Amino acid sequence: MMILGIPAPLLFGQLLLGVINGAFYAMLALGLSIIFGMLNIINFAHGALFMMGAFAAWLMLHYLGIGYFPALILGPLVIGAFGIVLEKVLISRLYKLDHLYGLLLTFGLALVIEGLFRNEYGSSGLPYNIPRALSGVTDLGFMYLPVYRAWVVAAALVVCLTTWAIIEKTPLGARLRAGTENPALVRAFGINVPRMITITYGAGVALAAFAGVLAAPIYSVNPDMGDNFINTVFAIVVIGGMGSIMGSIVTGFALGVIEGLTKVFYPQGSATVIFLVMVIVLLFLPRGLFGKAA
Amino acid sequence: MSATTETPAPAAAPAAHGIFGFTRAQAVAFVVMLAAIVILPHILYPIFLMRVLMGALFACAFNLLIGYLGLLSFGHAAFYGMGAYLGAWALKVWHLDAALAILVGGATGGLLGLALGWLAIRRSGIYFAMITLALAQMVYFFCVEAPFTGGEDGIQQIPRGVAFGLFPLHSDMAMYWFTAAIFLAGFLLIHRVIHSPFGQVLKAIRENEPRAISLGYRVQDYKLIAFVLSAFLSGIAGATTSVIFGIATLDGVVSDRSGDVVLTTLVGGLGTVFGPVVGAAVTTAMENYLAQFGSWVTITQGAIFVVCVLAFRRGIVGEVAARLKLSL
Amino acid sequence: MLEVADLNAWYGESHVLHGAGFEVREGEVVTLLGRNGAGKTTTMKSIMGLVPRRAGSIRFRGAELIAAPPERIARAGIALCPEERGIFGSLSVTENLLLPPIIAPGGLDIATIHALFPNLRERARTAHGTRLSGGEQQMLAIARILRTGAKLLLLDEPTEGLAPVIVQQIGRTILEIKKRGFTVLLVEQNFRFAATVADRHYVMEHGRVIDMIPNHLLASSMDKLHDYLGV
Ligand SMILES: Nc1ncnc2c1ncn2[C@@H]1O[C@H](COP(=O)(O)OP(=O)(O)OP(=O)(O)O)[C@@H](O)[C@H]1O
Ligand SMILES: [Mg+2]
Repeated sequence: MMILGIPAPLLFGQLLLGVINGAFYAMLALGLSIIFGMLNIINFAHGALFMMGAFAAWLMLHYLGIGYFPALILGPLVIGAFGIVLEKVLISRLYKLDHLYGLLLTFGLALVIEGLFRNEYGSSGLPYNIPRALSGVTDLGFMYLPVYRAWVVAAALVVCLTTWAIIEKTPLGARLRAGTENPALVRAFGINVPRMITITYGAGVALAAFAGVLAAPIYSVNPDMGDNFINTVFAIVVIGGMGSIMGSIVTGFALGVIEGLTKVFYPQGSATVIFLVMVIVLLFLPRGLFGKAA
Repeated sequence: MSATTETPAPAAAPAAHGIFGFTRAQAVAFVVMLAAIVILPHILYPIFLMRVLMGALFACAFNLLIGYLGLLSFGHAAFYGMGAYLGAWALKVWHLDAALAILVGGATGGLLGLALGWLAIRRSGIYFAMITLALAQMVYFFCVEAPFTGGEDGIQQIPRGVAFGLFPLHSDMAMYWFTAAIFLAGFLLIHRVIHSPFGQVLKAIRENEPRAISLGYRVQDYKLIAFVLSAFLSGIAGATTSVIFGIATLDGVVSDRSGDVVLTTLVGGLGTVFGPVVGAAVTTAMENYLAQFGSWVTITQGAIFVVCVLAFRRGIVGEVAARLKLSL
Repeated sequence: MLEVADLNAWYGESHVLHGAGFEVREGEVVTLLGRNGAGKTTTMKSIMGLVPRRAGSIRFRGAELIAAPPERIARAGIALCPEERGIFGSLSVTENLLLPPIIAPGGLDIATIHALFPNLRERARTAHGTRLSGGEQQMLAIARILRTGAKLLLLDEPTEGLAPVIVQQIGRTILEIKKRGFTVLLVEQNFRFAATVADRHYVMEHGRVIDMIPNHLLASSMDKLHDYLGV
């Protein structure tokens, strides 16, 4: 079967790859947006923490015999706790300064973390097998669907939508939104905003780590895996604007799909298409698709 | 130009003070720097010093944006790296004069800066940082694909050639003096710009952008001009470096290069005149020393970022200046 | 209930309060009057712990709060209805109302609040608090601190920019909550309005409290007041 002159399996295959990349973009962009909302910093360490999530899964398996599914819970918890320590010990010292210092600090942290992992584990990458329960392929009739890939998309969707629901629909989320708008007043109501900020950072980091664990069986676990993603995710964050939670999710998935389609129709352009979209958005909607006026 | 010719107007603009717009302390620092440039090649490797000088020029160019406009670019590798490629190409393929080839590199940086800056200045703060990072990433991918860059190998065996049709640059010392001249020209150019009426407007924008707009300044134009100048000088630094080492590779356009220049400037002192120079000396020496230890370079760089941001935000020169209550 | 003494406050380098002092007794409605820039809002923010730097003494029910962070001050039983109202646009009307946590028993329940502010019941489903009219936003800003059990309410210019009927409604509300045992510190520019609700008036100028006028003497102090407030 051919669609637009392209063999259907190729088209659907690339589309699936696009959706999977989009799932990672969405999770990472979402974490960046949440952190930005409360802390007003852009977390340049996000890619490194994503990578740490993948390594957490690998280390748990190799040294403690902890399998994939427990790692999917434990990894984000451990790395999220690490994030909380980072926030408490380092990042929290910068809130009274220009936001650019937060960027520089987290950039430095990323260099340290990635350098340490490169030192310890080299750059060649470590294999992490797909768990047995999720291995294999399903025949959908028009294409073969690897079960693990379907799982990644489903898990990412569930996590993103749950995060969205918590923020938009619960009293806790109302506190977060209020804290984003006017933290001083929220404090004056008796809510411990500094603690809320710490927990938000931890949650954003945990989200990155969760994405990292999900990524471990797909990409090889290596110190640069975050770096490869994060520059693209920054472009996506610029495209979406960081004002909206759902905006980050939608933009993440959509750009993954656009990238996948570009691979089919114009492979040379697939590395740059997201950046081109960013350029176009900057030309016509400098605040981003979902950004709020300054 | 001398201090005696200046009119004793009490409210004279800073540009009218001192020598060439330098305060007395800055003039002293400048003389010290000149002395170092003249003496050090007899003590240290000229190749090392040339790396310092071009690192310093690159950082001065970067500092023009962060120090005087508060714009943090995370994509300056694009201008540096593309300047290096085009400078190399001009020398090796077009057989241009070395000085002209370096100007081609600068023009490349400037033109690219015009395009990317025009996009990036639509936002400020952290968005500006992310946009410049992403645009530079796009340039990087372009360089990976484009045939003229030579892919992974880069452009190699670039002849140093002759400068101004007169000075052959084959010996390291000749190349060193040429490099030093380029550095000084760039350094003084930035200094003049900052102390010109144009520079005063930049300062006004940095301090209070809405006010500058309400005073009728076309703030975006000013930002763009500063961006282009910064990109031009970055291109010059990149092209000169490719002439010095006879090679231009992807190493010039990778995002690490953008991070290096941020670190250099931060260590030396954001917004100081001599900070980028001191920062370049420190970071280049450190890289030289740590090169044998693999990823310890990145780890150390990262740690320096963290320490600087937490405890040493003024940088070396900023700290010294604050202690001595001087502007350096 | 609240004793403020020698209160100083700074924004960066600028020293705004210079030893302000006054007291508010349980069950009173007390106003701070003063010209624009006299330091009334800064006083409220200082009590709440919301200025960058302050010194002096703020005692609430005997406890010293000068060094406490805002969340602890709130939990001690003080609540602020800020200048400009501070309604959150990303929260619905109901979310705005329920945002401040209950810090002590004795606050009003939702039914009572809706009885006091019928408009808020009608607009409860509005998705963005800032879509309300100015008067409705002001009521919401007062209503949400009545729930929490805080007994000292700081109201910063609740009548500013509102139509006369709404101002009257807010006046009635203040008398009503006074009757229910709340204590109110009220910032006002409009002393005619202040006279209808307050027991005592403090006058501020240049970051100091320069006079105190009991409400029953207000009429006879008119000349002095005109002088203070420059009206
Ligand atoms: N955030 C701030 N930063 C610096 N100065 C401030 C700030 N807020 C207020 N000020 C200054 O502090 C002084 C007191 O201001 P404040 O807002 O307390 O006055 P106010 O009595 O409430 O006036 P108004 O009647 O206009 O509300 C004023 O001179 C004002 O300019
Ligand atoms: Mg006020």
